[in-house]
Amino acid sequence: MADSPALLTAPSSSATAGPASSGAGTRRFKGAGNYLALTPFLGYIGLFLILPTLIVTIGALMTNEGQPTPDNIAAMFTTDVFIHSFVKSIQLAVISAILGAIFGALLAWAIVRGDPNGLLRQLVIAASGVLAQFGGVMLAFAFLATFGFGSMIDVYFKNNLGIHLDMSWLYSMTGLVVVYTYFQIPLMVIVFLPSLDGLRQEWYDASASLGGGSWSFWRNVGGPILAPSFLGALLLLFTNAFSAYATAQALISQGCVLITQQIACQMQSEVILGQENVGKALALGMIVIVSAVMLIYAFIQRRASRWAK
Amino acid sequence: MTASPGAGLGAVAPGGGALVARPKGAGQGRRTSRNQKLVRFVVLLVVLGYLILPLFSMLEFSTRGDFDKATKSFPRSLQSYQAIFTYPNLIDGIVASLQIAVLTVFGMLLLLVPTMVWTVVRVPRMRRVIEFLCLLPLAIPAIVIVVGIAPIYRWMGQNLGAAGGSPLTLALIDIILVLPYSYRAIDSSLRSIDTATLADAARSLGAGWPRTILQVIVPNIRGGILSASVLAVALVLGEFTISSLLSFNTVQVVIFLLGKRDPFVSVAVSLAALVFAFILLFVISRFAPGADRRGQRATEEDSAA
Repeated sequence: MADSPALLTAPSSSATAGPASSGAGTRRFKGAGNYLALTPFLGYIGLFLILPTLIVTIGALMTNEGQPTPDNIAAMFTTDVFIHSFVKSIQLAVISAILGAIFGALLAWAIVRGDPNGLLRQLVIAASGVLAQFGGVMLAFAFLATFGFGSMIDVYFKNNLGIHLDMSWLYSMTGLVVVYTYFQIPLMVIVFLPSLDGLRQEWYDASASLGGGSWSFWRNVGGPILAPSFLGALLLLFTNAFSAYATAQALISQGCVLITQQIACQMQSEVILGQENVGKALALGMIVIVSAVMLIYAFIQRRASRWAK
Repeated sequence: MTASPGAGLGAVAPGGGALVARPKGAGQGRRTSRNQKLVRFVVLLVVLGYLILPLFSMLEFSTRGDFDKATKSFPRSLQSYQAIFTYPNLIDGIVASLQIAVLTVFGMLLLLVPTMVWTVVRVPRMRRVIEFLCLLPLAIPAIVIVVGIAPIYRWMGQNLGAAGGSPLTLALIDIILVLPYSYRAIDSSLRSIDTATLADAARSLGAGWPRTILQVIVPNIRGGILSASVLAVALVLGEFTISSLLSFNTVQVVIFLLGKRDPFVSVAVSLAALVFAFILLFVISRFAPGADRRGQRATEEDSAA
């Protein structure tokens, strides 16, 4: 999905450039008016995206009374529970991103090897869209129904084999990794499939005609070409897991384990404690981490699109 | 995302035309070694198995009847699905979410389509800026948006009367959340047609802007609009973080709360919702390739000329 705009840029930009530049004469007079037409859009983004971000950023640097203070930011770096939440979230995001990227790439490869108009491909793409974007709470329930107490596997082992399995791992970090990987794999399929599709037949042929086998193709041609896309997808998966809240909340509803849960806890307790701005500092911390990762992603993406031209 | 495969192949087209455009299955298949087939089979078995197992468990879990002590098993029954209708909260949540979804789709299209068309035709140098703003929500986690938007919602609830406190106001943020996905879908459609020329032609024949967009551009980017809308519906119906923290009872929030009281019913609703979303997206993926192929043909003609 991330690749598609880049892939499409090349052919159509030449088509749009012509007519657009022919209107250059009138643009000089209507220039300002042309930009004014974007006001509703910019205003909307300003009100519902930029303003909230500013409220978070400015709030993080203020006391409740509106005085500037470094205390909220300092609290983020010195309070043990906050540090733990950040560390746990990052661990979870890294592990689930790596697992999701590997298995997702393998699945994408297996699909590309099949019929491009086949049923399998369409089924997997549609299912990936659902599981990657739609899941949240429901995926947590899916795993509770699979491994939770009284679940299918639990009941089967108990009634048919007389074995009481310990299913408490599901409610721990291990469980979070297993469930998160479940929605990372489909996201990887969506993001990585276009890059695999972009591997050209000529490259296989060239490699084969020079006597290269399958391994040598991936080692010398496919691997290096796909490396930037793979790395970019990995970063996207990281931010996806790092930002997720619903699944964790549905799986472990008690306690504030991950940073997203920690922020929610801060929000819900702010009336009592009156330190709403610590939550904003944590939110700012998340913005910084995600933005940094997305910047690297954008940089890598530019390199990745080089071969797609 | 559904637009991508065709796009990738389209870029290949100039050199060999149709011959190169669909080689994957045919050329590759012949050369595929037995070894590779085995690896592919194992990958599909393991990864798809992992993806399907929890869904199958949901089906098993949600179709359980009352435990039968004699056979030590559960008879199959649809009682959990029938029970969905005995929870008025759940029905209210579903209705609210569907309403929010409709509002979000219309709001998103109203905001995005004219702006994007205008940008392509009149202010192409703003294209990058608009794209950046539309993709920005990817860099700002939903939970962060909630923290920042809670004061705005508190203000709306206090100053805008009943409308300000309605769950339908969630559409305002959901429009932001769906922007990156909707933008991409519409953008790839817009790029596959010659938007500027179409608009110029319509304008020179005397059409005003509303008519140019509605009757000339929109019919040509149906595919993109359709996928943008479906993605938006799926995202809204799956949205939990923001509605939960702003205490609005959307379908996900109700499912979440119900999970503690009656897990069987909540799993039944979840599975039904997943299947519903899957059917939506699957139908789209059947539609979208048609739109793509049209775009691809246009590109081929371009490069031939």
